[in-house]
Amino acid sequence: MTAVRLREARIGYGDVAVVEGVDLTVADGEAVAVLGSNGSGKTTLARGLLGLATVLGGEVEVLGAPVGRLRRPPPAQRGRIGYVPQRHTVSGAVPATVREVVGVGRLARLGPFGRLRPADRSAVQDAVAAVGLADRLGDPVASLSGGQQRRVLVARALAAEPELLVMDEPTAGVDAASQDALAAVLADVSATGTTLLVVTHETAALAGVLTRAVVVDHGRIAYDGPLAGAGSTDDGHHHPEGTGLPPARGYRQDQPRVTTDGGR
Amino acid sequence: MEVLEYGFMQRALLASLMVGLVAPAVGVFLVQRRLSLLGDGLGHVALTGVAIGVLTSTAPVGTALMAAVLGAVLIELVRARGRTSGDVALAVLFYGGIAGGVVLLSLAPRGQATNLEAYLFGAITTTTTADVAVFGAITVVVLGVVGLLGSRLYAVSDDEEYARAVGLPVLALNVVLAALVAATVVLSMRVVGLLLISALMIVPSAVAQQLARSFRQTVYLACAIGLVTSVAGTTASYYAGTPSGGTIVLLAIALFLLATTAVAVREATARRRHRRRAEVHAAHPHEHGAGCGHPAVLHGDHVDYDHDGHLHAPHRTGAGVHYDEHGEHAPPAGTGGRA
Repeated sequence: MTAVRLREARIGYGDVAVVEGVDLTVADGEAVAVLGSNGSGKTTLARGLLGLATVLGGEVEVLGAPVGRLRRPPPAQRGRIGYVPQRHTVSGAVPATVREVVGVGRLARLGPFGRLRPADRSAVQDAVAAVGLADRLGDPVASLSGGQQRRVLVARALAAEPELLVMDEPTAGVDAASQDALAAVLADVSATGTTLLVVTHETAALAGVLTRAVVVDHGRIAYDGPLAGAGSTDDGHHHPEGTGLPPARGYRQDQPRVTTDGGR
Repeated sequence: MEVLEYGFMQRALLASLMVGLVAPAVGVFLVQRRLSLLGDGLGHVALTGVAIGVLTSTAPVGTALMAAVLGAVLIELVRARGRTSGDVALAVLFYGGIAGGVVLLSLAPRGQATNLEAYLFGAITTTTTADVAVFGAITVVVLGVVGLLGSRLYAVSDDEEYARAVGLPVLALNVVLAALVAATVVLSMRVVGLLLISALMIVPSAVAQQLARSFRQTVYLACAIGLVTSVAGTTASYYAGTPSGGTIVLLAIALFLLATTAVAVREATARRRHRRRAEVHAAHPHEHGAGCGHPAVLHGDHVDYDHDGHLHAPHRTGAGVHYDEHGEHAPPAGTGGRA
């Protein structure tokens, strides 16, 4: 089965396409890095899979079910997708414990009125332990450091035991030790057969886990192949044309910029 | 007690008990979603419903409930379609609601329209037995729905985008929450009045969130605070001859100020203690590290150093090494109280 299949996909916000003419197939269990500079459309591409950006044209299928214009995943996908957003400002308005935040990750797996069962609670505990916060389970999230709060969000996605895990910039602003810890967690998750789709600027920290790279540039796929082939330079921009590999279908150097997405 | 001898006060206290319990149970989700003023807006919309009820000689509670629920659903649909125009659309709906209510009430036959103030600021002693029955039904339904869907309402209020991404029915849950708010508005109408409803939903939650550690604790604590202030305020208003709504809200705000001050004082004390210890340690002959002579204590994700009976957590700053105090932690057994 294929985890993700896009055909001539146009994805954007409102009526404005940010990503256009994208063909992409990700098989079950693959570990894919979605690379690209700021405004390239890589985040929009990922958000289109999650129903957070609008599919304006073409076909987008996730876990075998189409993502429509309704921006809402069909029932078949519920509870099978894990998502780690780029940043999470803990609202701070109403306190919540680590257990409560991570518990949300299990909710989508239950029916509309289902309650967390002992099996769900132990999945929450396992997920929190996997990110190294087992001793903070009952603490308010607001009392954790920024890096620890990010780990809570990883745990929330892991608690769902997802078939597809989408992460947006999980290593941005995270220190080296935490990046290594994250890589170890992702390696474990990947080993269980979960498909990984990681939107990122830089792949150094996760190079051992991610095997395939999809480079998005100006709203189109500029490179699709082994991660090792997607060159990255110090300016954080990817230069697939400099890798000696042929550009993927649909990419033209003279293609006018579709739009910038301002980091969305 | 004298206050309990009158039938109207029994009904008033019963109504205030239900309002005090229900309003914060719904309000916590509004605070979490940063939509604190939704209750206020729906109170405005409910006034049009009240006016329609008065004009058509039907029970205003029923028509107010219908107007508020319709307004709530409309608001959620507007919000779901896009945010930029949503703000203005809400303002139009809210002020249209209060303006429509005032104009329609003025058309009512003389004698009935004078009730306007009672709806705006509450007239708890006018609560009828039929009202109490309706309020009881609303209370059971609202608390039942919160009990059943609370964790999902929390999920959507906390991180709507995540909830959408993993496939929770976000729009449906938002509509449910808005309908709960509408029902609460109507329930609170007699007790605190349409203009003060929001306060009873928001202020107890604002107190509770400063003291609680978890969301669940916040909900329970907010309900307890709401219950106590509502019943105490109603009783006080009977003896002082003041309007119940204003009395209840002032009481809740007094509690809020008290809690805010207490938390601020506690934090200032902790900061001062930290600074004083930092001064002591500024004269430190060494930086803590391996082999500095102070026992190292593994603490979660970092190493602390047992020093003069308390723990130091060193971390580098621009100006050198800074030590956080872990004062509440007892020194590990066998090493305590080193000089």
